[in-house]
Amino acid sequence: MIAELGHFALILALLLALLQATVPLLGAARRDLGWMALPRRTALGQFVLVSVAFMALIHAYVISDFSVANVYENSHSAKPLLYKVTGVWGNHEGSMVLWVFILSLCGAAVAGFGGNLPAELRARVLAVQGMIGSGFLLFILLTSDPFQRLMPAPPDGRGLNPVLQDPGLAFHPPFLYLGYVGFSVAFSFAVAALIEGRVDAAWARWVRPWTLAAWCALTIGIAMGSWWAYYTLGWGGWWFWDPVENASLMPWLVGTALLHSAIVVEKREALKTWTILLAIVTFSLSLIGTFLVRSGVLTSVHAFAVDPARGTFILLLLFIAIGGSLALYAVRAPRLKGGGLFAPISREGALVLNNLLLTTAAATVFLGTLYPLFSEELGGPKLSVGFPFFDRTFAPLMVPLLMAVALGPLLAWKRGDLLGALQRLWLAFAAVAAVGLLGFYLTHGGPVLAVFGLGLAAWVFMGAVLEWAERVKLGRAPMDESWRRARHLPRAAHGMTLAHLGLALTLAGIAASAWQEERIEIARPGQDLAIAGYTLHLDEVAQVAGANFTADRARITVTKEGKAVADMHPEKRFFPVQQMPTSVTAIHTNLLADLYVALGDSDGAGGWTIRAYWKPLVPWIWIGAVFMAAGGVLSLSDRRWRIGVAHRVPRGARVAGAGD
Amino acid sequence: MTRKRRRLFAVLAGMGMLGIAAALVLNAFSDNLVFFYSPSDLKTKAVPQGRMLRIGGLVEEASVKRAGDGKTVTFRITDGSAAVPVTYAGVLPDLFREGQGVVVEGRLDGAGEVRAASVLAKHDERYMPREVVDALKKSGRWQEGAAAK
Repeated sequence: MIAELGHFALILALLLALLQATVPLLGAARRDLGWMALPRRTALGQFVLVSVAFMALIHAYVISDFSVANVYENSHSAKPLLYKVTGVWGNHEGSMVLWVFILSLCGAAVAGFGGNLPAELRARVLAVQGMIGSGFLLFILLTSDPFQRLMPAPPDGRGLNPVLQDPGLAFHPPFLYLGYVGFSVAFSFAVAALIEGRVDAAWARWVRPWTLAAWCALTIGIAMGSWWAYYTLGWGGWWFWDPVENASLMPWLVGTALLHSAIVVEKREALKTWTILLAIVTFSLSLIGTFLVRSGVLTSVHAFAVDPARGTFILLLLFIAIGGSLALYAVRAPRLKGGGLFAPISREGALVLNNLLLTTAAATVFLGTLYPLFSEELGGPKLSVGFPFFDRTFAPLMVPLLMAVALGPLLAWKRGDLLGALQRLWLAFAAVAAVGLLGFYLTHGGPVLAVFGLGLAAWVFMGAVLEWAERVKLGRAPMDESWRRARHLPRAAHGMTLAHLGLALTLAGIAASAWQEERIEIARPGQDLAIAGYTLHLDEVAQVAGANFTADRARITVTKEGKAVADMHPEKRFFPVQQMPTSVTAIHTNLLADLYVALGDSDGAGGWTIRAYWKPLVPWIWIGAVFMAAGGVLSLSDRRWRIGVAHRVPRGARVAGAGD
Repeated sequence: MTRKRRRLFAVLAGMGMLGIAAALVLNAFSDNLVFFYSPSDLKTKAVPQGRMLRIGGLVEEASVKRAGDGKTVTFRITDGSAAVPVTYAGVLPDLFREGQGVVVEGRLDGAGEVRAASVLAKHDERYMPREVVDALKKSGRWQEGAAAK
C-alpha cells in the first residue's frame, strides 16, 4: 500500500513538474504575475511529493518488504539497518529517486530563498528546473520504476553487493548527487539568462553560492569515493582513472572553472558568455556522469543496469538537455553585452588561464574516458585507454595551473604587476627550493617528478599563506591591527585561502606516494614482517562471525624499536548470501603516514599472505579535500550573509573585500 | 587594450591550449591505447610482442598455481576454444576464482605467455565483464542468461 502511495506521489510530482516547465515561461513572456508566481508553489509541491515517494521506498527497505521487486533485488532481512537504508540508492532505480529528490530539494530552495530574485528570472529558472524534473520523473516512471511489485513475494531478498556495505560508500552517492544536481541550478540560471538576454553582477551573485555549494558536495563525494577505494581494495590505490571516477572528475574540473569565472562576472562583469557556457557544460557533464555510472554504458563495478530501453531514453534525455541548451546558447549568446576590459596580466587574466587549463584538462579526461566507447560504436577495434594516458596528459596541464594558483590572487584586477607579485612570493620560492633540496636529499635523485610535485605543493601553500598574510598586514602592522583586519576580512577571502591550502595538501599527498614502501610475504602465526622501521608480528588468524558474514581476522601487533605502536586487525570477509568475499584492511595513521595492512589468502599450510604498505603523507590527500570543501562552506556563509542584507555590511569589510 | 585585441588574445590563448592538449593526447595515445584480444585471437592473429594488451575469458579450472613467495600466481585464461598462460605477481582481486570471468592487462612475451600487470575481476557474481561475454560469444561457448543469475 505504501509502495503504491510512493508510485502515485511520483506521478503527481511529474504532473506538477510539467506544469512548472511550461506555465511560468509563458507567464514571464506575457508578464503575467500570477503565472510567474505559480512555480513557487509547484516547486514546494514537487518537493513534498518526491519526499513522500523517497520515504515510501526507504520504508519498504527498512521493513524488508520483498514484494517490492527493487527491495528483493537489493536487500536482505539480515542486513544491518544502516545498509538497508543506504541500499536504497545502491541500485539504479533507487539512485534515480535520490536524484530527483535532491533536484526537488534544490527547486524548493530556489523557490523558498528566491524572494529577492527578479520575478521573471525566478519564474524562468524554476521553469528550467521543472523541465529537468519532468525528464527524470518520466524516465523513472517509464523505464525504472522502483515500486514494481512481485507476485508472490519471495521469502528473502538477494542482498546488497557486499562491496557497497561500507560506511564510506554508503554516503558517497548522496554527496556526489548533491554536487551533480546542485549544478542544475547554475544550469537553470544560465538558460534563464539566455532566454532573458541579460547577465549582470547580480546574476553572478545568485549563481555563485549555488555553484559553490554543489562544488563542495562534489569535492566531498569524490574524496569519499577515493578514500573508500583506498581502504577496501587492499593495495592502497586511491585513484585509478576508472571511467566511473572520471565521470565525477569531469564536472568537478569544469565546475571549478565555473566557480572562478563567476567571480569575474560578479566583480568585473567580464567573461559573461564564457561563464554561461561553463554552467551549461558543467551540468551536461554531470548528466553524462550520472548515466555513465548507472546505465552500464561502460563496464565497471558501478554498472548495475544493462537495459537498451533505458539507454535509448537516456540518450534522448542527454540530447535534448545538452543539445537544446547549446543551441539556445549559439542563438542567444552573441547578444549578451560584453563587460570590463582587462590586460592579459591581471587577476582576470589569471582566472582565464585557470579556466582554459581546467577545461582543457577536462577535455583530455573526456577523450580518454569515452574514446573506447566511440571506437567500438563506430566499428573500430575493441580497446581501452591505459591509465598512463591520463598521467601524461592531465599532469602537464596541471603544472602551469598550480603555478598560477599562487600568483593569481596577488595580481590586481584589470592590470597586474607580475614582477611585483613574484617579488612578494620570494618566501614561496625559498620554500620550494628547500622542499626540492630536501626531497633530493631523501631520494638521492630518485623520482624527480615527485620532488617537483612536492615543490609545487610548497609553492601553492606558501602562496596562499602569503596572500592572506598580506591582506591582514601580518608582521607589517601591530598585531591588534592585523587581528582587526583578519576579523573584517570577508569570509570568502578566508575561504579561498583555506581551499588553496587544501589543494596544496592534496598535491603533497599525491606527490609523496612515490616514496611508499611495500612488503608482500607469507607469514605463519608467530612470525614477523618488517617495513619502514616497524615490526609487524602476526599473533593469530581467527574465525569470527558478523551480522551477515563470516570472517578470517588476523591479529597483528605493531612495534617500532621495541615500543608497542598499535594492534591491527585486517579481515577477509565472506558473505554467504551473495557467495562473495571482501577484504577489510587495517590502517594505522599518525597523519604523516599510514601503515596499511591487508590479509591475503591462506596457503593451506597455516601460512597467510600479508600485504603491508607504508604510505607517507597519504592522509593529506583527503585532509586537503576536506580543507577545500571547508573553504567553500566558509565562503558560502559569507555569500548568504551579504546577499540577504547587503546594506548592512560594515565599512571595514568593504575595504579589504576587493576580491575573493 | 582594445576589445578586438583582447578577443584576439583570448582566441590565441585558447588555440594554443588546445594545440598543447592535442599534442599531449596524440603523444600519449600512441603508447597507451590498449587493444583487446580473446585467447583465440592470440592463436590466430599476429599480436605484437611487448605491447600492452588486454585479454578476457574465464580462469581455467585447476590451472591456478601459487608460487611460494606469496605473490606470484600462474593460471590459464580460456574462451573455450583456446587458452593462454598468464603469470602475475601482485594482489589478486577478491573475486578472482577458477571459472570466474577475468580481464588481464599485460604484455605478451616471446614464449606466448602473458606477463600480467593487472588482473581485473571486479564484478559481483551476477555480472561478467562485457569483454569476457563477447569473447565467449565469439567462440560459441556463451549461453544466454548464464551470467544473469
